[in-house]
Amino acid sequence: MFKILKYSFFDLMRSRWSYVYFAFYLLLGIVLLFLNNDLSKAVITLMNVIIILVPLIGTIFGVMYYYNSKEFTELLLAQPLKRSSIFLGQYLGVAISLSMSLILGLGIPFVFYGLFMSNAIWDFSLLLITGVFLTLIFTALAFNIALSNENKIKGFGYAILLWLFLAVIYDGLFLMSLLFFEDYPLDKLSLIGTVLNPVDLSRTLILLKLDISALLGYTGAIFKQFFGTNFGLIVSISMLSVWVVMPVLRIIFKSKKKDF
Amino acid sequence: MPLKKHHIFTAILIFVLGHTLVAQTITVCKTCDIKTLQGGIDAAQANDTVYIEKGTYKEIDVLVNKPLTIIGKDYPVIDGEMKGEIITIVANNVTVDGLFIKNVGTSYTADYAAIRLKRVENFVIKNLVLEKLFFGIYVEKSKNGKVFHNKIIGDAEEEYNSGNGIQLWYSHNIQIEHNFIQRVRDGIYLEFSDDCIIKNNVSSHNVRYGLHFMFSNDDVYQDNLFEKNGAGVAVMFSKKIKMYNNIFRENWGTASYGLLLKEINDAEIMYNTFEQNTIGINTEGSNRIRYENNNFISNGWAVKVLGACYSNTFKGNNFLYNSFDMAYNSKVHDNEFDGNYWSNYTGYDLDKDGIGDVPYRPVKLFSYIVNRTPETIILLRSLFIDIIDFSEKVSPVFTPDNLLDNNPKIKRITW
Repeated sequence: MFKILKYSFFDLMRSRWSYVYFAFYLLLGIVLLFLNNDLSKAVITLMNVIIILVPLIGTIFGVMYYYNSKEFTELLLAQPLKRSSIFLGQYLGVAISLSMSLILGLGIPFVFYGLFMSNAIWDFSLLLITGVFLTLIFTALAFNIALSNENKIKGFGYAILLWLFLAVIYDGLFLMSLLFFEDYPLDKLSLIGTVLNPVDLSRTLILLKLDISALLGYTGAIFKQFFGTNFGLIVSISMLSVWVVMPVLRIIFKSKKKDF
Repeated sequence: MPLKKHHIFTAILIFVLGHTLVAQTITVCKTCDIKTLQGGIDAAQANDTVYIEKGTYKEIDVLVNKPLTIIGKDYPVIDGEMKGEIITIVANNVTVDGLFIKNVGTSYTADYAAIRLKRVENFVIKNLVLEKLFFGIYVEKSKNGKVFHNKIIGDAEEEYNSGNGIQLWYSHNIQIEHNFIQRVRDGIYLEFSDDCIIKNNVSSHNVRYGLHFMFSNDDVYQDNLFEKNGAGVAVMFSKKIKMYNNIFRENWGTASYGLLLKEINDAEIMYNTFEQNTIGINTEGSNRIRYENNNFISNGWAVKVLGACYSNTFKGNNFLYNSFDMAYNSKVHDNEFDGNYWSNYTGYDLDKDGIGDVPYRPVKLFSYIVNRTPETIILLRSLFIDIIDFSEKVSPVFTPDNLLDNNPKIKRITW
């Protein structure tokens, strides 16, 4: 598995898209800091970017990589290799190279700007951790979609739809259901609704740092326990891990059954 | 005539000097003839000075009924053993300085205080340390006094069985300065008290409010710090209160405000800093208030306006990184917003005059939704919410459409 991981990783490192991705984050970080002159405000803007763009790039890149390296995959399949190690190796290669572009691209400008001297360092590292989680989750989901669809166009379509659903539509439905059932106690429902969507989950994780004063304004024992203590942080991180593990398990399962 | 005037002046001088010379000092200590505070007071003549030496004096219901100066040396401990009120002052011109008073009794029928002043004038209460108290310094129907440099540390946990640090009731012209108050019900409480000055105090970790006004007019509070209270300051049913240069910080919780205004008219709120409160200012039924040059930093809601607030002006304030700048629950709007700096402002300034060319709308649709269904707060900063906020910004339907800052500043305002 590590050989394939290494191969995929270096293959991607040599590819143009990793550099484009890296350069994009580098530019974004520099421009944000240049325009805002303020670390904490830049972190807020960055949060918006990370929870929307990272999933999008993760899905598209994952699907693209799978379809592009299909011939090579078929070649590998002919060798005496375990199927799970082939696909996991490819998946990890993509996910790790994307995460690296993210961490380096955003990290470098912020470090030069004086991140280590400021108190925004915890917010910023939380941001990067969330970004890495989202990359892992959405690349895995993309691999799932690609494995299940032979048709490239269909695969891309589903990938974009998945992103659109989790990033935008889900919140709309969620908001409508909250408004519709507003006469009932909703704090459990709203927390469950959040946990079921990795984008919302990472948003909440960052909210815990940035908007804690607003979140504590709502009366509700469960909310208070979730947001007022470390409980929320622990639950969010473990749910994000579950969100990584589930699609990865499906990759293993699906790749074993699939007829090439 | 000039000569005669001179004579009168000399006579007064001699009288005053003679009087002071007559005034004696009495010392109270464990090995002296007088062993109790009450004994010392009984033995003293009017205008004498009573010195209390270091030691522990277990006394309650000490009555000061003549003008005296009571001075503690090295903080003698007056221990009430939780039995009741400790010192009651019923005479004018009394000074109490440097005592350590502790263990005031708790009662549900009487407001026991560490020091109570009843219908007196010209008093000075200073350098006291109060611990384990019910009420701390209770001033009733008194005038022209000073309360300063006191340290009041309570252990209040519930509202119903705790008292206030400094309480004024029907008292006028009182100065409260440089006090340090912690863990009581209300740090400082004013009821029917006019023309008081509250300055340079630190009031923190109180169960209810850091500072509380009820039916009190023409008071000034400035340069105070209110931190981690149930709510920083509550001003209710009062007129012409001036609030300058205070810091309201980290008042967190469901019913927590930096500053709560209820039925307030003609107040001035200037140069204050509201930082990391759940709600910076919560205002209800308050009219003609001037909010100028305040900083609102990282609050949940910077300002929440609930019903019937008219002719208020917000000018030259900085709104920085608040989750919501404004919440409004009605569509009627008669307040003026002008020349504030909003960190959420996204407009441009083509003519470079430092004023944004596009008006800013401080009330977002989402703040209206959260007002209606509080659980939706969990969707804060979601892309979907940004989209509906944007469409509301373009064509306001739910929020007052004339609620605008027409001259939003491009740079943070300094003063």
